[in-house]
Amino acid sequence: MTAAAHVPPAARPAPAPVRRHQWLATLRTVVRTPRGAIGLGLALSVTLLAAIGPAIAPRSPTALLTVPFAKPSSQFPLGSDFLGRDVLSRVLAGGWVLLVMAVAATALGIIVGAAAGISAAYLRGWTDSFIMRTVDVILAFPQLVFALLLVSVIGPKLWLIVLAVGLSHAPQVARVLRSATLEISERDYVKAVELQGMRPPKVMRQEILPNLISPLMVETGLRLTYSIVIMAGLAFLGFGQQPPAANWGSMINENRIGLTLNPWAVIAPALLIALLTIGTNTFTDAVARVTIGVDRRPEEAALVDDLGLQEVK
Amino acid sequence: MSVATASVRRGSSRAAAHPIRTLVIRRAALGLVTLLLVSVVVFLATEVLPGNAAFAVLGRSANPVRLHALERQLHLNRGLLDQYWTWLSGLFSGRLGNSLANGQPVWSLVEPRLVNSAVLVLLAGAIGTVVGVVLGAVAALRKDGWFDHVSSVGALAVTSLPEFVIAITLVIVFATNVWHLLPAVSLLPPGSYAWSQPQLLILPVATLVIVIVPYLFRMMRGAMIEALESDYVEMARLKGVPEWRVVFTHALPSAMAPTIQVIGLNFLYLAGGVVVVEYVFNYPGIGQGLVFAVGNRDIPVVQFIVLVLAAFYVFMNILTDVIALLASPRRRIPREP
Repeated sequence: MTAAAHVPPAARPAPAPVRRHQWLATLRTVVRTPRGAIGLGLALSVTLLAAIGPAIAPRSPTALLTVPFAKPSSQFPLGSDFLGRDVLSRVLAGGWVLLVMAVAATALGIIVGAAAGISAAYLRGWTDSFIMRTVDVILAFPQLVFALLLVSVIGPKLWLIVLAVGLSHAPQVARVLRSATLEISERDYVKAVELQGMRPPKVMRQEILPNLISPLMVETGLRLTYSIVIMAGLAFLGFGQQPPAANWGSMINENRIGLTLNPWAVIAPALLIALLTIGTNTFTDAVARVTIGVDRRPEEAALVDDLGLQEVK
Repeated sequence: MSVATASVRRGSSRAAAHPIRTLVIRRAALGLVTLLLVSVVVFLATEVLPGNAAFAVLGRSANPVRLHALERQLHLNRGLLDQYWTWLSGLFSGRLGNSLANGQPVWSLVEPRLVNSAVLVLLAGAIGTVVGVVLGAVAALRKDGWFDHVSSVGALAVTSLPEFVIAITLVIVFATNVWHLLPAVSLLPPGSYAWSQPQLLILPVATLVIVIVPYLFRMMRGAMIEALESDYVEMARLKGVPEWRVVFTHALPSAMAPTIQVIGLNFLYLAGGVVVVEYVFNYPGIGQGLVFAVGNRDIPVVQFIVLVLAAFYVFMNILTDVIALLASPRRRIPREP
């Protein structure tokens, strides 16, 4: 506070040390790292398959075509499922809803979490206490259990699942961005615009948010991975798209009784989910290495911070 | 340096004993408040959200007469505060109500499941902790060696896998397609205890161990590398302390401090992780009970299980915070302004 008081009232605030589209430059650097390239390659191939899958599926994903759990043949390259439907067509059709829901939940969690975390750190006082207490309450539920609680009352509606998963992400995001904002709001250029009388909402939007691009990118990748895991998990438990819709998560559950007859009905969707989450997670790890420069995720870094230990270089 | 440290210690020792107790008490009080708020959230979510519990239970078979009768049974016809109070005081006096699915008391349904889940969580947590700490320390000692590279990449890949993918993989390898060594699912009837057939525990425990090890491994490896590169370890080496003593008495203890919190976080994770894993292996614990209850919209059972899981969460949070507080001396001294 005292340091900022020396700035003459007429002085223009120093431009924030942020380039336009810094995140694009970061992404370019990340893609050039081996981890970044592998992660992006995996995630994009699965996404592409899920996106064009419904259009290129050779048969109807819901038609009963042959005997249950038929072995792979030239007619049905991945065999048939527990009702005699074509596994290949179901695999091709069963990814895009999962992906869209995961992306929507991630966006919701990041927006709500970032708004809460930045406001808590910048406005302090009772706003901070109120937001962080709410965060503690939501954090007391395991994410999947929070979604199950809402589903138990309203039923497995897709919008509800997106809402529940998105909201359960918000506290974690808020925590990470709160600690990043606390540090930024002490910087001189923020103090300078404050002295010029800039309103808090504008300070947060124009001066603080652009400096949070790195943690935001890492958080987005991390939450996307978790969203996919939780969404697929809910579908696996039977609380996603309802039958007869094809969904990678529910396919694994439906067909595991026939593992010895036609394992491909389980292996194919499980493999796609695995490649997708490994891809997004590896890419996020590469982003974290490039932006934060440590071999540590923001959640781990926050933990170390919390304990008052020194940062590793 | 040593004089300064000594004087700080002497100066704060009288004051430090007190702040730490205050910190612990305050942390516990905060946890109780959180738990109370959690109960409000569970109550509001299950009783007040559009399409209240009575409607949710009856579903399509709802007609005004049945709806009214069930609303009375669930006390939905009374005021909100009155409902909450009845519900909360019922929790504390052991009157948890009856399951809507089969009319049995909630406690008798949940009690054996609680025991089974506790067995699963404790076993997986204990084994996972030992494995994670040992692997992390070994990787740090052989930093940039082949073991470090293989295990780091492996940890990164496994962290991102959903539990049910790991579980299904284990089933394919050990129970069905490759070898038939272990039972793929447990055939224990609900209400019996897991230790009557210990081999049923192997795959669920193995799945949870695989899920929790990577996080601990990464943290332990990082903390251990940091400790091994620190000045006091170099000092010990220069003084000629044998390498095994450097590792076990100097580096390992200081690397454990941040790791303790991760061990706590892993137990927290397990509280949610049991849901999917118990369902996969048909293991009669509270996770599977929760999935069944959500499927049947058995609200009293859902309420109770969610509250138990949340209480465990809050309690573990307090416990890890307190242990971390005691384990890292720096935090005991109030930070300078």
